[in-house]
Amino acid sequence: MEKRTAAISLKNITKTFGSVVANQKVCLDIYYGEILALLGENGSGKTTLMNMISGIYFPDEGQIFADGEEIQITSPKDAYQYGIGMVHQHFKLIDVLTATENIILGLEGKKNIKEAAAKIKEICDKYGFDLDPDQKIYDMSVSQKQTVEIVKVLYRGAKILILDEPTAVLTPQETDKLFAVLRNMKADGKAIVIITHKMHEVESLSDRVAVLRKGCYIGEMYTKDTNAAEMTNMMVGHSVTLNIERPEPVNPKPRIVVEGLTIKNEEGIVKIKDVSFTANSGEILGIAGISGCGQKELLEAIAGLQPAESGTIRFLEEDGSSVELLGKDPRKIAELGVTLSFVPEDRLGMGLVGNMDITNNMMLRSFRNGKSVFTDRKAPRDLAQNVVDDLEVVTPGITTPVRRLSGGNVQKVLVGREISSAPTVLLTAYAVRGLDINSSYTIYDLINQQKKNGVAVIFVGEDLDVLLQLSDRILVLCGGQVSGIVDGKNVDKNEVGFMMTSVGGSRSNESK
Amino acid sequence: MNPSKRKKKEKMFHIVKREVLPWQKSWGIRATAIILALIVCAVVTMIFTGDNPIQVYSTVWRGAFGTARKSWVTLQNLAILLLISLALTPAFKMRFWNIGGEGQVLIGGLAAATCMIKLDGVLPNAVVILLMIVTSLLAGAVWGIIPAFFKAKWNTNETLSTLMMNYIATQLVAYFIVLWEVPKGSGKIGIINQNTNTGWLPDVFGSKYLLSILVAVVVTVFMYLYLKYSKQGYEIAVVGESDATAKYVGIKVEQVIIRTVALSGALCGLVGLLLVGGINHTITTTITGGQGFTAVMVSWMAKFNPIAMIFTSFLIVFMNRGAGEISTTFGLNQSYSDILMGIILFFLIGCEFFITYKISYSKKKKEEE
Repeated sequence: MEKRTAAISLKNITKTFGSVVANQKVCLDIYYGEILALLGENGSGKTTLMNMISGIYFPDEGQIFADGEEIQITSPKDAYQYGIGMVHQHFKLIDVLTATENIILGLEGKKNIKEAAAKIKEICDKYGFDLDPDQKIYDMSVSQKQTVEIVKVLYRGAKILILDEPTAVLTPQETDKLFAVLRNMKADGKAIVIITHKMHEVESLSDRVAVLRKGCYIGEMYTKDTNAAEMTNMMVGHSVTLNIERPEPVNPKPRIVVEGLTIKNEEGIVKIKDVSFTANSGEILGIAGISGCGQKELLEAIAGLQPAESGTIRFLEEDGSSVELLGKDPRKIAELGVTLSFVPEDRLGMGLVGNMDITNNMMLRSFRNGKSVFTDRKAPRDLAQNVVDDLEVVTPGITTPVRRLSGGNVQKVLVGREISSAPTVLLTAYAVRGLDINSSYTIYDLINQQKKNGVAVIFVGEDLDVLLQLSDRILVLCGGQVSGIVDGKNVDKNEVGFMMTSVGGSRSNESK
Repeated sequence: MNPSKRKKKEKMFHIVKREVLPWQKSWGIRATAIILALIVCAVVTMIFTGDNPIQVYSTVWRGAFGTARKSWVTLQNLAILLLISLALTPAFKMRFWNIGGEGQVLIGGLAAATCMIKLDGVLPNAVVILLMIVTSLLAGAVWGIIPAFFKAKWNTNETLSTLMMNYIATQLVAYFIVLWEVPKGSGKIGIINQNTNTGWLPDVFGSKYLLSILVAVVVTVFMYLYLKYSKQGYEIAVVGESDATAKYVGIKVEQVIIRTVALSGALCGLVGLLLVGGINHTITTTITGGQGFTAVMVSWMAKFNPIAMIFTSFLIVFMNRGAGEISTTFGLNQSYSDILMGIILFFLIGCEFFITYKISYSKKKKEEE
């Protein structure tokens, strides 16, 4: 690399948590007027590294330089002083306050809302943000909330911006908008670091990439000199193929028939409106939609967790007879002999118990088995061992609390348990959210395996590229309504993106 | 570079979360904390009273185990405190903060006392005792079910409602004491059925102390197995960790909350029975002596482990008995034993910090020097 003064330069940074080494002797330079993509698998220490720059953690060893001078960053306040701001994966906003109020929250000195709003307007105009300073956070979409977070950081005078997986929750259109803004900021001379798992984003946006693997710095290069395959190989440490299989459905038969389903949430707001569709055995039905447009409610209704206003959800047996699932809880559904597996969005909050070990989590579905008042420990222990072995879960042992595993491994434990019961229906919500490439492909393979076994898979996804590659058919939701059902093989990504934002945005008809 | 400016910003040490310590180490830290606490207590005693700490500690020991009778009373007190702690534990495991142990014990005791007073001479002794057992368990359970029902249905705050149930129980007991006072105007009930001994729980193997101790042993074993190995115990753990997970696997959360707190209250009611029918043969509003609250601490310090609770409750009972003895022997009042107890608890609870976290000193500092 040529001689320039780095905005931030890390030298031999090491950080350990207990016996886990999160970062080991990492060196990294961040320059002004450049977008750096930080790549690495889950648990490779990207977020930890960035947290040390933004003052959340303090390195055990190593030095940080700003403009050539060594500095100590002991708190987020220190970080702001050096012009470093981070936009976290999980937003830290207060729902009942307006954008402006959230932005100036925590700043010292007299607060003048009007002045602040004017300054925010100025920032927005300069970089092309679309933001109403007086809008309350609870009225905002995910992408608007993200805008508030970015403006908040800029308002505090950040010259170095760190974004942790900013596109994970955005539609393609929103992502394009974000990238345009980031390019404007780059042109203005800001230094930008973006953490992402999506290769095509790295290629289209970044100038330089740096790769971490297992806490160690592997290398960096200019984006124009490399390609997705090379970057992936560097991240994983061996070569991987980046193709998702889509085997032809074998003998698909209707399995789940939803008709006229309408769901209101606890506040009485309609989340799902008159939705009808059929999920077939041996087929993957993808569900696309911007976040919060009813996917969660739809899946939970099928799984027996969400009461509905009206409509029916019928399960069709092999012999054609049908049972109604609506109005039954998961236990009743299981007692009917319907093996329905559900991988919920909130893995540790719903699908698993974070503080329990792997064995105990394997028991969640099956602990009632048998007549004894005591639980059977042997079967779950064997299952835990099998899941760990078969899915290559990285864990110190089956007695480790799942909360201590990395995101990908947590997901493997959950999916492993859910498919162990040989389900006839598999519901998955954001099955690969936050997972690195390697883990994601493991999960896709597992789902495809289920499809080949004749399972009716309903796959709620957020990455349209993946949805289009994996699904046989795609149900597009928009504001709780069915915007259309399209064939996964011959549909265009932009068309689906358009359908996600307006009902009936496409004319493609359902192909059975 | 400006080293003086840098030095100012340098942090001397950082607090880092530990990985899980092996149990030998964590209990080692706790043992160290107790020893340190005893040393501080000794120093404080020397400074304020000028007495020899060795002598003070031998007095503590004498207070708890000086005579056979003292040993029995210590064990009996241990049994009662342990029983209340065990009773609260299933609720705590479910993250239901039942601080109504005091009231649940009292109301159980009141039920037992009512049977003793009203059924004396009406029914044979064995039937009376049987009814006492049933009613005190039921009364305690009801005292738990009321807050649990509101929690399950409308998610009311159980800390407040269980606490308020304590006051209701105290006032009810006060009312009945006035109603049934013996002799009239004394404001006390006195020893119930002194002549007939109706409803007095029987001695076991000729010892009047052994009954509570045996009950405590049985309940400890039961609670250990129940929480660790039973299906209901598993449900309690899941509900405690996450409502959403419990619903996801089809556990009826409301039902589990009510069932668990009913069990918790019923066991408290059992303690009320032992206190009234077995130990005191009377009822007062202060018969529980705040043990419903002490038990909260005992249960927490033991990390909700029934076996560890034997040690934590022993520690508190032992120190209480010993501290009482110091106060009388050295002419200090009861407040002094409270001070010593406070010092010990400070160390015991404080040491949990060192079990969860460690302090790491800046390594760079050394290199610079």
